[in-house]
Amino acid sequence: MRFSEPEVTLELAREHGLTDEEFDKICDYLGRTPTFTELGVYSVMWSEHCSYKNSIAVLKTLPRTGPTLLVGAGEENAGLVDIGDGLACAFKIESHNHPSAVEPYQGAATGVGGIHRDIFTMGARPIASLNSLRFGSMSEPRVRYLVDGVVRGIADYGNSFGVPMVGGEVCFDKSYEGNPLVNAMSVGIVKHGETASAIAEGVGNPVIIVGASTGRDGIHGATFASEEISEASEAKRPSVQVGDPFTEKLLLEATLEALKTGAVVGIQDMGAAGISCSSSEMSAKSGTGMRLDLDKVPLREEDMSAYEILLSESQERMLIVAQKGREQEVMDVFDKWDLNAVVIGEVVDTGRVAYLRDGTVKADIPAHSLVLGGGAPVYIRETQKPEYLERTGTTDMSPYIDVDDMEGAMLKLLESPNIASKRWVYEQYDHMVRTNTVVGPGPSDAGVVRIKGTKKALAVATDCNGRYVYLNPRKGGQIAVAEAARNVVCSGAKPMAITNCLNFGNPYKPEVYWTFREAVGGMGDACEVFETPVTGGNVSFYNENPQGAVFPTPVIGMLGLIDDYEKHTTRAGFRDEGDEILYVGAARIGIDGSEYLSFIHGVTAGDAPDLDLAFEAKLQSAVLDVIRKGWIASAHDLSDGGLAVALMEKAIFSGLGARVALELPGQSTTEQLFSEAQSGILLSVAPQNLELVQEALSGLEIPVYHLGTVAGQHLIVEGFADIHVEAMRKIYEGVLPEALSQTQTV
Amino acid sequence: MKFGVIVFPGSNCDHDAYHALKHEHGIDTTFIWHKDTELGNVDGVIIPGGFSYGDYLRSGAIARFSPVMNAVAGFSAKGGPVLGICNGFQILLEAQLLPGTMMANEQLRFTCKFIHLVCQNRNTPFTAEIPADRILSIPVAHGEGNYYADDDLLKKLEDRGQIVLRYCNEKGEFTPASNPNGSTGNIAGICNDKGNVVGMMPHPERAVEENLGSADGRYFFESALAHIASAT
Repeated sequence: MRFSEPEVTLELAREHGLTDEEFDKICDYLGRTPTFTELGVYSVMWSEHCSYKNSIAVLKTLPRTGPTLLVGAGEENAGLVDIGDGLACAFKIESHNHPSAVEPYQGAATGVGGIHRDIFTMGARPIASLNSLRFGSMSEPRVRYLVDGVVRGIADYGNSFGVPMVGGEVCFDKSYEGNPLVNAMSVGIVKHGETASAIAEGVGNPVIIVGASTGRDGIHGATFASEEISEASEAKRPSVQVGDPFTEKLLLEATLEALKTGAVVGIQDMGAAGISCSSSEMSAKSGTGMRLDLDKVPLREEDMSAYEILLSESQERMLIVAQKGREQEVMDVFDKWDLNAVVIGEVVDTGRVAYLRDGTVKADIPAHSLVLGGGAPVYIRETQKPEYLERTGTTDMSPYIDVDDMEGAMLKLLESPNIASKRWVYEQYDHMVRTNTVVGPGPSDAGVVRIKGTKKALAVATDCNGRYVYLNPRKGGQIAVAEAARNVVCSGAKPMAITNCLNFGNPYKPEVYWTFREAVGGMGDACEVFETPVTGGNVSFYNENPQGAVFPTPVIGMLGLIDDYEKHTTRAGFRDEGDEILYVGAARIGIDGSEYLSFIHGVTAGDAPDLDLAFEAKLQSAVLDVIRKGWIASAHDLSDGGLAVALMEKAIFSGLGARVALELPGQSTTEQLFSEAQSGILLSVAPQNLELVQEALSGLEIPVYHLGTVAGQHLIVEGFADIHVEAMRKIYEGVLPEALSQTQTV
Repeated sequence: MKFGVIVFPGSNCDHDAYHALKHEHGIDTTFIWHKDTELGNVDGVIIPGGFSYGDYLRSGAIARFSPVMNAVAGFSAKGGPVLGICNGFQILLEAQLLPGTMMANEQLRFTCKFIHLVCQNRNTPFTAEIPADRILSIPVAHGEGNYYADDDLLKKLEDRGQIVLRYCNEKGEFTPASNPNGSTGNIAGICNDKGNVVGMMPHPERAVEENLGSADGRYFFESALAHIASAT
């Protein structure tokens, strides 16, 4: 016999990452010991990556409903939000951290490919992508190698696929050393009534595999993603999939064309756990089953076993259930695009997924038992408040408050790679293809993409400050949502909904799980207040290096809607000389958790910055209102580096200087300049609109301070700094190119 | 009047060219599938940007063998106006409808940004309406835009006025810093002997609306409109 299988024992189950209890449970479901192939299928389906077994109970506490949600979280591959004009937006963010840690180029590339597939499998055409990246310190050669590889991977895949990269983040902190975070987000548009669903209805309907052939790449990728990165991880390089953006581009066009035939019943992309996952999830969702003949699957290598075929994570593939008798219509479309389309089986009413190889049944499993929301395990882990919070929370800040040289500190902050220009990164991405990019990456708080044929645009941003979450998980989770919302508001958009990518350490460590639960709780608090439900996302645990877990990093992907992009789109940089500069929002109190404290003093301590959610919501709504009235020339939210960096950026982005006086109700000049207290926005307005804005905001009890005027070529902070805009720009633009010019293969 | 936009597998600026022609300039426009052997009744052809066949070999090296390229060669031989943008330019080079070679960008990275250009030949179907001495702001987005011509070819191109566009700074000077990819003589676009086939790396179809950063690309399409109107 060609594919003899090893005997399944408890020992072998453990090697597959299953616990003793889980192995017992599998035997219960099957009423016997699993075959080797079945063990493989369970091990990937019950991996953290596919089953969310350690996170789902906590995720269910998030607000997941809202009047504009067409599809709730977890129901389909991505959330779906009504944006009017008969259109809906599908959007989602997902991690590819572990693959990128060992093979940055392919790891990042396939992350981009995977998230786009999640969007177009719903019938939506991706119109924008973002990515949120975190690395260790660029002084490490390995980190430079990772940055270079990840950026190239994202660029090569995304550019070829032809979707503009319109925003995101790149952050650096030594906590991410050895375990970078690579989170990719895709945003797509679909007409109401043209969405596709991941279902397997209709007994007797044919099941078709389309797209790329199946190879040995990525086997156990999902399992690999569900353990800590270690010295041994290098050997897991074959678990990383290999991307082919050209095939994905063809798959996109062919999929959307095939859906138009009306002959497709259900469709699901193949990502983690490949055929196992798509077939069992589609079956479980419809209460049906599938009987699939793996001999018919187009293979890259002939002698692949059932185990390998089922677990392969070869990219650029989809599973389609077609209407019986109309399968040829579907296959003709894929043929036009020179892609495989082969009937490999049919929908059955047994509730089981059965897989055949060489005419023998190699696995026969109740579909329900494999999937999240079905028979997959659900755990609520032990929690414990981390001890470090005692230390960080009681640090005395007074030594860091008095600074003699404010100008020096301001310029120094521009050298922080977290603040400096990311031009070196985003110019490698095509951010304009499809000619919808109104505001691209770089000098903006959010990317803005218009929707042709309407007046609307989407404003999209990703945000998270891992340091804040480290210092106060609940407040840090709240801030991530608040900042992301503020970003889209500053661009002229109403926040609609979020997707999230929760990057944490090992959930079996009680401190990590406590942090996870708190951070998710904080996100939930904020989502309730901003009325931005969670539409879905992804959890990535086991982000650890030998020094411990990475900063807890729940990245928020925010979707905002601009009603009339020609009138309301607002940029961050100053617009016109002579405009008046206003600070609106909360008092600038406290330097806790700030970039100033971290970069200039090397201290990560204190609480997370102040945030009053109710005030934040009021501020955002008021600022959006004055933007929509047409009174605002520019808007920029205060975040890393506080007021100082916001002012410098407004000058650098526009090439215009300003003269301002510090008269905010802060406790000290240092706090006024560098506090990262939340709920602050810097506006510029034409002189004739000054009073209108002041009255409108004061009327809502939102503090407004007239700081000064846009003028000249110098940024002058009276009594403290006088810096030429060009001098700031040189520092701001120089940091990344200089650090990364030494990139080499390590 | 009708324009055709060729669609190769992997073309991804086809819709952008279509949008610029049809919706921004009101020109009747049709897509032409790469497996077609005839262009149909068109007065002009655009070969759009993208990554034809993934461009895993050399950009455009496989697309030149697509059936439609014979039809494009026939159309251009009869004097039909053909504009290759980015990947379209690379394909025209590979098809030897334009002279010279394309190499990877000098910095060995993809680059996407607005650059400045001047037009040095306003006798082509795509450039006649560009105002003299106008410094154009148009984006580039490519990984292989480093046009190479040896000394003999360069001299020939210069003598015959085949250099259509050059990269420059905002003052119109041809400096190394204003060259985004290291191309010979800051060359951004060239034409054939007769001037009816033009290839350019920058994307005029991305610069037809002020809302998106620039409308300087409109000159190329307005030129094509005027050219075809006067020819018919």
